[in-house]
Amino acid sequence: MSGVPAARTLGAPLVFGLAFLGLWQLLVVALAIDPFIVPAPSAIAGQLLDHLDTVTAGALRTGANALVGLVVGAVIGVVGALLANAVPVLDSLAAPVVAALSVMPIVALAPVLYTMYGADVDTARQLVAALAVLIPIYVNTLRGLRQVRPVHRDLMRAYAATPRQQQLAVTLPTAAPYVFTGLRVASSLAVISALVAEYFGGPVGGLGKSITSAAASSNYPLAWAYVVGSILLGLAFYVVALALESGLTRHRRP
Amino acid sequence: MSSPAVHVAGLERVFPARRGPGVTALAGVDLDVAPGEFVSLIGPSGCGKSTLLRLIADLDTPTAGTLEVFGKTARQARRDQDYGIAFQQAGLLPWLTVTGNIELPLTLHKIGRRERQTKVAELLELIGLTDFAGSYPDQLSGGMQQRVAIARALAESPRLLLMDEPFGALDEMTRERMQNELVRICAETRAAVVFVTHSIPEAVFLSDRVVVMSPRPGRIVDVVDVALRPGERDEALREDATFFAGVARVREALHGTSVPSARGVEHR
Repeated sequence: MSGVPAARTLGAPLVFGLAFLGLWQLLVVALAIDPFIVPAPSAIAGQLLDHLDTVTAGALRTGANALVGLVVGAVIGVVGALLANAVPVLDSLAAPVVAALSVMPIVALAPVLYTMYGADVDTARQLVAALAVLIPIYVNTLRGLRQVRPVHRDLMRAYAATPRQQQLAVTLPTAAPYVFTGLRVASSLAVISALVAEYFGGPVGGLGKSITSAAASSNYPLAWAYVVGSILLGLAFYVVALALESGLTRHRRP
Repeated sequence: MSSPAVHVAGLERVFPARRGPGVTALAGVDLDVAPGEFVSLIGPSGCGKSTLLRLIADLDTPTAGTLEVFGKTARQARRDQDYGIAFQQAGLLPWLTVTGNIELPLTLHKIGRRERQTKVAELLELIGLTDFAGSYPDQLSGGMQQRVAIARALAESPRLLLMDEPFGALDEMTRERMQNELVRICAETRAAVVFVTHSIPEAVFLSDRVVVMSPRPGRIVDVVDVALRPGERDEALREDATFFAGVARVREALHGTSVPSARGVEHR
């Protein structure tokens, strides 16, 4: 609310960003750098404004894929963690799979998935996004489910609470902040994965495809304009996830 | 009416060790707590006072011996919600308001909304936190959190209150104020109390009887009858000769030798 901290938190990065862009513009113009090396910010901005409709359409397409992947991956991750927490055998069975998935570059699956589901649908891209978010959400949720404090467990036993009551009253609320942290990490991953998956094929449309086709036709400022669109899309996902996290878990830390 | 609040005879708890005979946390413990009586368990760390409390609460199971709460098994008493419990950590649920925390046991046991509201209002009045009904635990001081935890323990008007060092984490001044409040609350609710502490003055100030325990194996070495008349426990008592005499007797029992009360020599 007060002016000075707000000016610091918002003003400082803004000033830095503008100075950075200014310096970039200056260097490109002064040294006459070719656009295929790096185009001037003004050229990128011009292309962004000229192609605002295609950038928006691409962002919506990629964003929709990322969102579908995020929701599917999050649901599977949370449900999987609940099962693994309830049945320890499942946890030990899943551990090697989780370890393997977490070191695997998920987008490397994209070409395989395109041949499986056909290159004319977005299914492969959504699956890549879902697989990418699955692990961070699963791991965070499982950890959260195990954070129940002994005093709360004793309390629930003292109240003769049923397992279901304990789950609803203590275990799930305790895990909630961890789930949201996982969701925040996963939100950016979903966008990145859905976008990079477009590089490997699939139907036209989406920011990733647009970046490759603009670069292939040597329109570098336009390619960069799509990159700016991707950054904004990723930021939008992250900010929404962050807002959800801080809004819903305000009083969680004792 | 005839059955005591707590009846313990020949109680033993051995924690099995991977190798060797295991750790005997409690051995041969006999204790009876009458309805409405305030009994403190005191002793050094490892004397099994918390273990005894957890056994009474059925949070743990004895290895041998008899344990009855209001003439029933501890398990049945827990199922019937015959006791309220408070721990050293307030253990409030951080995502619930003060009201939500106090009514938690009532909600779990499906008490109607109207009845819950009446009870919570009454308890908030009792602990003097009516203005904080809508606050979250992270907005309260440690002492206030502990008061909420005590209100929660009292929510179902239990005839027995089990308290495991509830004031252990509080500063001395807050602690004395909380003790005064507990005396008042006990007078109003007429609940029997089993109170674990390692503060001698606290035990003497609050209790009808102080049970002195010693470690390895945990056992009762003495029971000191403080024998203060009801209504005597007020601020003046803290500076009274009867109080100091009680403190001296508990200290002697703790150290196992007769020590001049004024010196307080440590024998180790």
